[in-house]
Amino acid sequence: MKTAAATFLVLMCVLGSAGADSAKNSCVSCHSLLEDARLLKPAQLFDGDVHHQAGLTCVDCHGGNPNDESLNAMSPAQGFRGVPKKAAIPEFCARCHSDAAYMHPFNPKLRVDQLSEYLTSVHGKKLKQGDAKVAACVDCHGVHNILAVADTRAPVNPSNVATTCGRCHSDAAYMKEYKIPTDQVAHYKKSVHAEILAQGDTSAPTCTTCHGNHGATPPGVKSVANVCGTCHVFFAQLFEKSPHQAAFAQMGLPGCVQCHSNHEIVKPSDTWVGTGANSVCSSCHTAGDAGFKSSQAIAQNLAKLDLAIAQADTVLDTAERAGMEVSNAKLQLASAHEALIKARVNVHTFRDAEVQKITDPGLVIAKQADQAGVAALQELNIRRKGLGVALITIFVAIAGLVLKIRQIEAKPQS
Amino acid sequence: MNGLTHKALTWLDERFGAGAIEEFLRHKIIPIHRHTIWYYFGGMTLFLFIIQVLTGILLLLYYRPTPNDAFESVQYMMTQVRFGWLIRSVHSWSANLMIFTAFVHMFSVYFLKAYRKPRELTWVSGMLLLFIIMGFGFSGYLLPWNTLAFFATKVGTEMAGSVPIVGKWFLVFLRGGEEVTGATLTRFFGFHVAVLPGLCTTLLAIHLMLVQQLGMSVPPGVERAIAEGRETKRSIPFFPNFLLRDMIGWYAALGVLGALAAVFPWELGAKADPFAAAPAGIRPEWYFLFMFQTLKYLPSKVLFIDGELLGIFGFSAAALVWVAVPFLDRRIGFGRTTRFFTGAGIFVIGYMVVFSWLALR
Amino acid sequence: MSVPDNPEKAVQPGRRWVNVLLGGGLAASVVSFIYPALRYIIPPPVAESTSRSVVAGRAAELKNNTGKIFKFGSKPALLVRMPDGTFRAFTAVCTHLNCTVQYRDDLHQIWCACHNGLYDLEGRNVSGPPPRPLEVYEVHVQGEDVVVTRKA
Repeated sequence: MKTAAATFLVLMCVLGSAGADSAKNSCVSCHSLLEDARLLKPAQLFDGDVHHQAGLTCVDCHGGNPNDESLNAMSPAQGFRGVPKKAAIPEFCARCHSDAAYMHPFNPKLRVDQLSEYLTSVHGKKLKQGDAKVAACVDCHGVHNILAVADTRAPVNPSNVATTCGRCHSDAAYMKEYKIPTDQVAHYKKSVHAEILAQGDTSAPTCTTCHGNHGATPPGVKSVANVCGTCHVFFAQLFEKSPHQAAFAQMGLPGCVQCHSNHEIVKPSDTWVGTGANSVCSSCHTAGDAGFKSSQAIAQNLAKLDLAIAQADTVLDTAERAGMEVSNAKLQLASAHEALIKARVNVHTFRDAEVQKITDPGLVIAKQADQAGVAALQELNIRRKGLGVALITIFVAIAGLVLKIRQIEAKPQS
Repeated sequence: MNGLTHKALTWLDERFGAGAIEEFLRHKIIPIHRHTIWYYFGGMTLFLFIIQVLTGILLLLYYRPTPNDAFESVQYMMTQVRFGWLIRSVHSWSANLMIFTAFVHMFSVYFLKAYRKPRELTWVSGMLLLFIIMGFGFSGYLLPWNTLAFFATKVGTEMAGSVPIVGKWFLVFLRGGEEVTGATLTRFFGFHVAVLPGLCTTLLAIHLMLVQQLGMSVPPGVERAIAEGRETKRSIPFFPNFLLRDMIGWYAALGVLGALAAVFPWELGAKADPFAAAPAGIRPEWYFLFMFQTLKYLPSKVLFIDGELLGIFGFSAAALVWVAVPFLDRRIGFGRTTRFFTGAGIFVIGYMVVFSWLALR
Repeated sequence: MSVPDNPEKAVQPGRRWVNVLLGGGLAASVVSFIYPALRYIIPPPVAESTSRSVVAGRAAELKNNTGKIFKFGSKPALLVRMPDGTFRAFTAVCTHLNCTVQYRDDLHQIWCACHNGLYDLEGRNVSGPPPRPLEVYEVHVQGEDVVVTRKA
């Protein structure tokens, strides 16, 4: 029975390959006729694979003899390497991808250190210890239908990375034995980074931006600020010189994450500073300590400037709607807006004096703009003076008319 | 009249044959009775119309009728041009004042029955003038191209489209397209500064000629009182006595206009954004409010007829009847009182006032 | 007519005063109307009413490889003179949080001091938080003036 089936298969392969234009690829011509999904899929998918487009075929990874129509094509004697075991996958791929000379003709820009990076990662280390559940190359990149990273359909395209990582890391049952949280992706999706990424701005970070892709490791407590600081340059610089740098280091607290969280990073608000309900300062500082006083002062400075700007905005808008010329004042007010934005950056010095040195000039500008708006509205009133003059002449004219009428209609003396 | 006027008129007569004017000025008289005060409102409306023409011509020197420039040109006028704010505010306030005095004039003529024979055509031409004046108001309102104006025009022209058969064509004619766009602005500008002034001048000439030809009407009650000897027939010459009194009224109106322009200047608003959502509370100018509010109260369907359509037909029919009043109120032509028409007039005024107030709440 | 002289003489001055008052009042009121109208007719110094075009400065004032902030309506705008002498103009309102950008002659790029955003000289956002490019304006040199126009 087995022989009959095998003979039948060979016959089909021969017949099938009779019309095939690349007689070189007996792998595809046989496998595409198989019914077992596991064996059929590679043949179906491979057309879209980036390796196929580079001119590579099955044998370039799996070995064997593509010209051999028989099952012998898959014998070790012919160089067949078979399907690698999970633990051997990284080296399987690295056979080419770590060979700089080999990779150069295909894409000189591609890095060739993925394997060495991978071996430093948590996934790599665990894989070497025999854990087959962790991610290896094909778990993230796919297999037989591997797409370039820039292709938006690729699982490793920035817009898809969180979903790809989430396939394991959000699966509580799968991750049970590792005893790490499984809510990272859920948190991340609520973040402003995810929102911007979804709008198509690929400069926004996803999992791999902060954790690394091949050398995926959570950043250590000491290095979090460095990671955030690669984009948020000013904040990292200011934080480094602030009193929090030493204090956090001493307490073993992660820099930015302490206030801004690691995955669910949302748009901050002025209410985070100070001593209100939303304050992040209150999570450490209590009434009476220097930090508490600082945070109060910072919050007050920001609030004062915000209010002054809002007031000036309202007055100028009213004047503009009334038809007064206030474009100069509005232009000036833009500087006050800018001061508020820069002040919010300076919050990360955690020194009230540093914030105040930006908000004070901003307040002056906002007040000047407000005064210009008020003056414009008063201009409307000054016109009443001119009106007064015109009304006087009208009154005189009316008086003249009344008297004239009286005069011409007076009964003649007789 | 004094020597100077006589000399001027003689000079004109020798060249234009304008002796008729001097004769007319000498002989035109105004009856004096307890209702004489209403005689002033026609002249007041004419005076305000002249103010509109003069300020309108001044505005034309700076205004640009395209969506890119209209708002900016009005802003420029109000902020850069010396006294531009004054000319613009006077034009806007005088428009409203003129419509008000036109309505007062029309209703006073109605209640004093001045429309009776032989003055039927004066009434008809006057009613047409009233419609033209409201057309001036509607077309002029869009020209500053601010948010209120844009959406008020959208709502107003939308109603025109609901008339069957001709409605669609009429809407496209008004708007210069399917939607309110720059084409609408150009078109409304053309109506406002060329078409309507032309029509208005023609009808005004007819209206004034008829008034001069037929003289001032005396209310039936006064006529009867004079006939029965209860009152004496008094009158004063138009020139110069009544004219001087007219001028007092005109000067007072100028004072009021100046005060309004300086103390309650007309707002510039924000530039119209056709793609923004309509702000809440959009409504037309006050003289359209009663119609606007009525349409709001009508159910969307009455039997098989669309509610809005019914409203429009209702108003059109009412307007037609109103224009035809001199021909309907025939008993008054024979000097007999017609309380029905007086009552109808009071109802109309009450309706307009109540519904306008409702719209403002 | 047997009217005594005295009463007539008494009426004459009164009549004159009324005429003076009337004539004077009419004339004064006419002047108070004509005066604003005449001032109105004279065009103001800033002739253009369109807010789409502005004189950014004089061509000779700006050296090569420098930038200048100027007022465009009620918003700031940036005029850049390239190293080869040609002009480019952009809105100076950063597309991130509306700070005012500036030209960096060391980077040959447009920089926003608030959060370190960078734009290239085509206005494209190339680094940092700005999500969109800067709006580019048209520049024409008319005589001595550099005129910047917002595209319709």
